[in-house]
Amino acid sequence: MISQSVEKEYQGMLDAYEKAGGDKSALKSKDIAKLVIHENRVLGSDGVKGLKIETRETKTGVDVHLLVEEGAKIPRPVHLCFGILPKEGLQEIIMKVDAKDNSQVSVIAHCIFPHAVKVIHKMDADIDIGSNARFDYKETHYHGEAGGVEVIPKAKVRVGKGGVWQSTFALSQGLVGKLDYDFEVFCQEKAVAELVVKAYGRGSDDIKVWEKIYLDGMGARGLAKSRIVLSDRAKAEVRGETYGNAPYARGHVDCMELVNGTEAVAVAIPIVSVTNGKAKVTHEAAIGSIDRKQVETLMARGLDENEAVDVIVRGILR
Amino acid sequence: MLAVQNLRLKLNGKSIIDDLSLEVKKGEIHGILGENGTGKTTIAYLVMGVNNYKPTGGKMLFEGQDIADLSVSQRAKMGISLAWQEPARIEGLTVRDYLSLSGKNQGTENIESYLRMVGLEPAQYLDRDIDATLSGGERKRIELASVLAMRPKLAILDEPDSGIDIVALPLIFNGITEMSRQGSSVLLITHSEKMAEIAHRVSILCAGKIIRTGTPLESSQWFKDNCLTCPHINKPTELT
Repeated sequence: MISQSVEKEYQGMLDAYEKAGGDKSALKSKDIAKLVIHENRVLGSDGVKGLKIETRETKTGVDVHLLVEEGAKIPRPVHLCFGILPKEGLQEIIMKVDAKDNSQVSVIAHCIFPHAVKVIHKMDADIDIGSNARFDYKETHYHGEAGGVEVIPKAKVRVGKGGVWQSTFALSQGLVGKLDYDFEVFCQEKAVAELVVKAYGRGSDDIKVWEKIYLDGMGARGLAKSRIVLSDRAKAEVRGETYGNAPYARGHVDCMELVNGTEAVAVAIPIVSVTNGKAKVTHEAAIGSIDRKQVETLMARGLDENEAVDVIVRGILR
Repeated sequence: MLAVQNLRLKLNGKSIIDDLSLEVKKGEIHGILGENGTGKTTIAYLVMGVNNYKPTGGKMLFEGQDIADLSVSQRAKMGISLAWQEPARIEGLTVRDYLSLSGKNQGTENIESYLRMVGLEPAQYLDRDIDATLSGGERKRIELASVLAMRPKLAILDEPDSGIDIVALPLIFNGITEMSRQGSSVLLITHSEKMAEIAHRVSILCAGKIIRTGTPLESSQWFKDNCLTCPHINKPTELT
């Protein structure tokens, strides 16, 4: 029997999830795999055929094991909802993912800290994507306006032969607070990795993004992409690294940081390295103010300058 | 609708627009024909108020009001719009969103009809971003559709035919003509005599000066007889 306090806590998470843009009905459906964690408590957890979720509550968070069985094609996205509703707290998620050979799954994660004044959210993930498996991961954060969140997502991903890892991390609702994102992906033969980070820094937000892709197998492909918009006194440092270590490996680092105002600071450090003569890795990094011609294009359609800037920023972070 | 009087623009001490006067009547397609570098695009920028261009002399009256000190948005809200010669690409902004900005309060069906007018199939384009994945010609046609959707009082079209394939060209001509039929005035900037033929009047521009205005036929002939053989390109003061 579920206690009243847990039910209330669960309802609070559902409401916050919905406010953050999540589909609340997905967390209630029996046909959809899901995991809801508030602080260090697992409020809901359901697997589906071909996908198992095991959890263990710890003193400061939850250990999670997500297993996608060999050949399983999970028809509907798995929904994860992590959060801390009070103003203060610590949440450490230790995540182990095994996506076995020829499996396919899409995961949508919402991380919710709407009232945070002093909250730390850490995720440490160890992820194995099997041969010809596909794993799509989309993580969206919803923070309040106090800016008191420290988000530290770290992941080590290994993608097997012909496998695909595609992840998007988005933090554009509320103040970022402090973000220290560190993902590294190791690709075997013909594996594909795509890392995308989108963040909107305002106030005194401090953003650090570190994307690393190692193209270790023949014909492996990788893209490390980041889109950061900064205003006020926000600062960001983005490191995009791609290493072409095998024949016909192809990689690209694509970093764009837009600075709106005079006090924000953006730094981009693309690193491309090739240790095989038949590999090719390229990069483009653009830092600057919002393009005047784009703004005037929208103003010529009747938008005020601020509205035009807003449309451009939303587009970049979409 | 638009009366430009003795307009001047100097940039870094160099005269770009020199004592230029021009009138565009309601519903008129007024062509500006000229060689590269004569100041055609500069006129477009001055009337729309973009690119930090501000006249150093003269007046620009739109429906009797001097617009020189108005912002781009204010001019757009008055009914002026610009289709750029090389339109900007905006990541994450779909064709649907872009046309919706122009066609506020218009339903999806109308937005789709503007795309069809420029020869683009809505199902293939509405959800695409107006970013680098579009070809130059596609982006230009979307730009024209966006201006059509605004139903502006004055559309400034800067070389709307450049980069457009020959199959779509008649559609572009029709779209511009239709705009005029519906009451919009069009300032049509071009270096193509073929494009200039759809105008009611054509002015020839040389070195920032209008040196002749007439029917498309008269102006084209004059352009051929005088400009194409002129050894003093962009130096009208040396014309005799």
